[in-house]
Amino acid sequence: MKLARIKAVCAAVLGIAAVHTAIPAAAQTPKRGGTLNYVVPAEPPGYDGHREGTFAMLQPIRPYYSVLIRVDPNNPSTTTDFVCDVCAGKVPEPTDDGKVYTFKLRDDVKFHTGETMTADDVVASFNKIIFPPKGVRSLRRGMFSMVESVTNPDKSTVVFKLKFATNAFIPVLAIPFNWIYQKKILDKDIHWYETNIGGSGPFIFKERQAGAFMRGDRNPNYYHKGQPYLDGIRAIFATKESLRVQAIRGGRADIEFRGFPPASRDDLVKALGKDVTVQESTWNCPIMFSPNHKRKPFDDARVRRALSLAVDRWGGAKYLSKIALVKTVAGITFPGHALSPSDEELKQIAGWWPDLKKSRAEARKLLKESGADLSKTYLFIVRGVDQPYKIIATWLIDQWKQVGINFKMETHPTGPFYAIQRGSKEFDVSTDASCNTIINPLVDVTKYLSDDRASNNYYQYKDREVDALYDKMQRLTDVKAQRKLMFEIAKLTLDTHANQFPVLWWNRIVVHRSYVKGWKVSPSHYLNQALDNVWLDK
Amino acid sequence: MRKYILKRLLLVIPTLFGAAALVFIMLRLIPGDICEIRMSGDGGYFDQRALDQCREDSGTNLPMMTQFINFIWGLMRFDFGTSMWTGQPVLTEIALRFELSLQVAIMATIIGVIIAIPLGTISAVKQNTWIDYVVRAFSIAGIATPSFWLGILIILGLLMSTQYVLGTPWMPPITYKPIWEAPLYNLSMLIWPTVATGYRYSAVVTRMTRSALLEVLREDYVRTARAKGLWEKVIIRKHALKNALLPVVTIVGMEFAFLMGGLAVTEQVFNLNGVGKLFVDSVLNNDYTMTQSLVMLVVMIFVMVNFLVDICYAWMDPRIRYS
Repeated sequence: MKLARIKAVCAAVLGIAAVHTAIPAAAQTPKRGGTLNYVVPAEPPGYDGHREGTFAMLQPIRPYYSVLIRVDPNNPSTTTDFVCDVCAGKVPEPTDDGKVYTFKLRDDVKFHTGETMTADDVVASFNKIIFPPKGVRSLRRGMFSMVESVTNPDKSTVVFKLKFATNAFIPVLAIPFNWIYQKKILDKDIHWYETNIGGSGPFIFKERQAGAFMRGDRNPNYYHKGQPYLDGIRAIFATKESLRVQAIRGGRADIEFRGFPPASRDDLVKALGKDVTVQESTWNCPIMFSPNHKRKPFDDARVRRALSLAVDRWGGAKYLSKIALVKTVAGITFPGHALSPSDEELKQIAGWWPDLKKSRAEARKLLKESGADLSKTYLFIVRGVDQPYKIIATWLIDQWKQVGINFKMETHPTGPFYAIQRGSKEFDVSTDASCNTIINPLVDVTKYLSDDRASNNYYQYKDREVDALYDKMQRLTDVKAQRKLMFEIAKLTLDTHANQFPVLWWNRIVVHRSYVKGWKVSPSHYLNQALDNVWLDK
Repeated sequence: MRKYILKRLLLVIPTLFGAAALVFIMLRLIPGDICEIRMSGDGGYFDQRALDQCREDSGTNLPMMTQFINFIWGLMRFDFGTSMWTGQPVLTEIALRFELSLQVAIMATIIGVIIAIPLGTISAVKQNTWIDYVVRAFSIAGIATPSFWLGILIILGLLMSTQYVLGTPWMPPITYKPIWEAPLYNLSMLIWPTVATGYRYSAVVTRMTRSALLEVLREDYVRTARAKGLWEKVIIRKHALKNALLPVVTIVGMEFAFLMGGLAVTEQVFNLNGVGKLFVDSVLNNDYTMTQSLVMLVVMIFVMVNFLVDICYAWMDPRIRYS
């Protein structure tokens, strides 16, 4: 009897507890309706995802398209969690020693025209990306260098045959620009998607007002049942950062996906309190400085190494993160990825040593040994963008001064900056970055290969040792072995040969109205932008 | 008069050609490549073949002379081509922005003129009195205050005051709707930039009206009018002001033309999708076709406004008509 009473009390307590825990869960049940207004800092240069590379086109247009696979929208901070979008079930495991990937497609995917998506459409889209015909631009063609063919044995199966097995393939496939187009349209006019929009995504494109906004309505036939939750989306173009901040404050926009600097975050939180929510993530984007290997004294590895040793990365991360959108100390690969070194390993690399005094003493010694002319002032070119380029560049000049090497900072708008960095090469050291879409270190580190192999290496050097290690690493599928080689590449690039140097990794700060639910921050402003799981709790 | 108008119209042709040649050369002197900006921003991965294809598509790989001939040939046929950045026809891109800029320019001109001419006149008539000092201080402050800064203050003021009074911050809309579609919405968006630019505009015109009127009021014919015993009001309105307005009309015309393309920063502050913002974006993006077309558009506006100002001159001053 006593036992029964205890059981009853326990059951009641558990019941109350269950109700209490159920309340927040129920409150989080997505609501239908509303329009999401989001501000985008620039206007899209074109509509074709296969040939463009800027977030300014991805953020407004991605919601109108589907992709084969994507980063899990419910867990976008992961570096390895990919899920099917138009494929059925789970992302398949490879067969034939890792060289064949077979995808089964969903049978309920419809284009906005009403026609059903088949494997023909997927194959035609990927063939346009991987094997573009003459006259067709494909920005990421080279990333698919491992693919031999894309075929479809039937209307619901797509087969990717690789030249060699590699772990780089699935992340490359999940790049959010790999939109699925209709074969019928591509056959008629392969350039149609450059100036028109028509996909199978969660929203249907309705209107573009040149320079002002793009607007879309809910796709009622979307294949992820129940989604999207919003009735519509509106991407508003606003160049000025202060205006974007004020737009959120004044209720003209609900969110800005690219990321604000810390001061803007603090202003919004101060003004709106709990009405805004802040989400932060390390950004797949290191800010870098890179010496011109053809200019004296930077043709000497000792001088380049000294530049890196002079920089207080661990200390700088603490105070720079208060004024600039940088935060994390890491090497050439995204921190926390399976191929990245731990902090302890990183601290073995010159420039990342924890003892700043020792680093700077070594830098001074190297400069002396090299015979570099320290009475001269060298030229440091900087891209004329405040966050984070100009702020970090100003700080770097001070860091280098600490070891006795002086630089003059020259800031140029983006166009002229590229013309110097990539054309005339009239600089000693340049700022740079390496911002990529999906976290895929096997592709991301190609920037550090020789300049005749990497289109985005502008620093006039060839490092065949790094190239060889990279080639070896790319063809491995064992993560442990790859990690070891990756560390060797990092050691050579950052320390022994001292080629190019990440300073800090960007920190993505997204501030949004608290009624915006369902959206989770990812390590890149390109990811998780389908907006099918976003809803408004108004 | 007809001969005068014809002469002015014929002068437009070499002016436009000169401007076209100048803008073409100057744009090519600015270092930078639209394809680099478009495809390899923030140092990320890109395919070199795609970059070469982009240069081919945009025509930037063609010899300079071929590019110039294509540009002039297009201009002669009123074919401005497509924007190298968006791939959309240049005229479509400009049309909507032009509408907005025109509305702001007209509203700012109305505000400017309505404030400036009475203020300038009062200031001249009441020279060296406290009224004159107040008007002068007001106009000097207007000239010294950049419109964009005033714009920022207006937005911040609106946000803070509405949050304080209503509990929810309010700011003007940041996307445009034409006045005939949503008049209240349109005005609630454009009235603030109009005030910001109109203030500076009115300050310039006030100063000009004051000094021109002061000069005219010292003329012999004004003294004669006074000696004849005419009312002061009639002297000022009928005899002095009409002659004093000659330089004022020039200033109003020039300011109007400037507003059509020169409001770049103010437009960014209020997120106005106008011609000025498009100008800045296309220069930063190295979008040659768009920049060239915009420059030609602004040149045409200046030429047209100058032409109208000249006609006004001829209408107001018979000496020009008969010379």
